[in-house]
Amino acid sequence: MTARFAYLLRLGDTALVLGHRLAEWCGSGPTPEEDIALANIGLDLTGQATAWLDLAGAAEGKGRDADALAYFRDGTDFRNLLLAEQPNEDFGHTMVRQMLFDAWHVELLGGLERSADAGIAAVAAKARREAEYHWRRSSDWVVRLGDGTEQSHARVAESLVRLWPFTGEMFARDAVVAELVTEGIAPEPAPLLQAWNRRVDAILTEATLTRPADGWMQSGGLEGRHGEALGHLLAEMQSLARQHPGAKW
Amino acid sequence: MERKDWPLWEVFVRARNGLAHRHFGSLHAADAKMALEMARDVYTRRAEGVSVWVAPSAAIAASDPADKDSLFEPMAEKIYRHPTFYAIPDQVKNL
Repeated sequence: MTARFAYLLRLGDTALVLGHRLAEWCGSGPTPEEDIALANIGLDLTGQATAWLDLAGAAEGKGRDADALAYFRDGTDFRNLLLAEQPNEDFGHTMVRQMLFDAWHVELLGGLERSADAGIAAVAAKARREAEYHWRRSSDWVVRLGDGTEQSHARVAESLVRLWPFTGEMFARDAVVAELVTEGIAPEPAPLLQAWNRRVDAILTEATLTRPADGWMQSGGLEGRHGEALGHLLAEMQSLARQHPGAKW
Repeated sequence: MERKDWPLWEVFVRARNGLAHRHFGSLHAADAKMALEMARDVYTRRAEGVSVWVAPSAAIAASDPADKDSLFEPMAEKIYRHPTFYAIPDQVKNL
């Protein structure tokens, strides 16, 4: 697997899996307005996943398109961030997960917009505008809930502690990233981390939440080692396409 | 814990530059900032607009439906208030 193919799978799978997680809220959002908003953002991410996975399929050069990659690979072939596959749990948990992700996503896409790879830069430019809005909403919700009632504060504070160990993976600099950084295709992770810290710290302060200590960080998603939750997600997401391969509607 | 519903907001969307904002509908939100974000997702997700206004529904004073006989009915027979009694010259286009 080339570094470029692996990197595009990471981008595509992360957007696809998180998009599906948000789609799981459809019909059970806390209010009708929020239900629509969650589904919209899920669709934004699914759209981005389609673009990334089409590029990935082209990079692989074996004739697989976004649908083939999304629906006909198993969990061990997925390269998404572990953060993306974490279950929704309650609305506050979903928003904390989203805020931690969006703060990274906006910065990453900003870096990819200046990629030496024109195809990647074009997708990133479109996606970055969507991500800016996602960040606005998710950070706003974390502030509202953190600086809200005693109960909402306690719940998002707990979510923050539980999700924090999944944030280190976003800034991993393994061989895949290192190669693409050298080629000018992907941004260097260290400055991304600085920018992410600035965004997240400002929001946590406003939300009266305490930043968890940077202790041990989970990893493995980028190499295909996932938690049990991804298996259930894929079983649901892929079942229709696998029962009716090639179906059109 | 006391459970309160979010207040209602009226949403106005301007479809294109140069047009006026038009009433699109209403939604519930905790405050103006949230109402604008909700309006973006609820009413402009199919590219319906370039600008959104929200206003608290409670701030809108409305005419009483019971007054319609005196407020609006009398106009029904005053057709001379419509500019329909002018012969329009053929040379005038786009009217």
